[in-house]
Amino acid sequence: MLLIYCPYCEEERPELEFRHAGEAHIARPENIAGISDEAFERYFFIRSNPKGIAYERWRHIHGCARFFNAARDTVSDRFLATYRTGEPKPRLEGEGQ
Amino acid sequence: MVEAARRTSPLEGRAFRGHGIVLAPAAPASRLSLRAAEEALPALSKALGLSLPRRPKTSAAEGGRAALWLGPDEWLVIDEQGADLPALAAGVSALHSAVDISHRNTAILVSGKRAEEVLAAGCPQDLCEARFPVGAASRTVFGKAEIVLWRTGKTVFRVECWRSFSDYVFSLLEKAARETM
Repeated sequence: MLLIYCPYCEEERPELEFRHAGEAHIARPENIAGISDEAFERYFFIRSNPKGIAYERWRHIHGCARFFNAARDTVSDRFLATYRTGEPKPRLEGEGQ
Repeated sequence: MVEAARRTSPLEGRAFRGHGIVLAPAAPASRLSLRAAEEALPALSKALGLSLPRRPKTSAAEGGRAALWLGPDEWLVIDEQGADLPALAAGVSALHSAVDISHRNTAILVSGKRAEEVLAAGCPQDLCEARFPVGAASRTVFGKAEIVLWRTGKTVFRVECWRSFSDYVFSLLEKAARETM
């Protein structure tokens, strides 16, 4: 079982307490009714799906219930960092890629 | 014809006693789901008569009343004397949400020197005393059910679960108690 560090509980918790919640750092367009179908498609459906470092939202649903962000390596499945919602992406030098 | 409704515990009559383990339904209690921001905490603490804990996985107990930290702005308040907790919170003008969940939850007391071991059958957290000391409280899972686990003594845990999950939780605890003997 993976141990995931929850930035709100400030400790590692078993993965059974967590739920994945999609890609992180996707900003909802401010004028969503006014954008073109193509722009909406890019916002709504298109995800980066990288090989290497992916930034994801996770939720500690059976713990503190908070959403937070995580940087994870999609090759090794390793969590490289977790950080609170609203914080910037961490710099991850020398990892993955 | 007037018949008074009688509220029964979903675990009425259930009990298990084995080598180093006792499972028993807890007495009825009043419970509050409390959500509040930092600014409201001093007033709420005063109204409830205990200091709402600010650290993860901690609790504060005062007499028969306790507040368990569930999240950065969320607490489970339990009063074993059945005090009217929503009325206490209603006197606080600072913005907060207080929902009476006295009858949504029920609790199972797991005690004995094998309590850690029996709970570990369904709970993936590290429950050793170094990581989950007396007073520690956390929302977590037990088997397929969500629970709030609170260590009230060296060998005593209180398992808070939803009323409708209680038969499942009690049965799984009992199975674990029999099988890890």
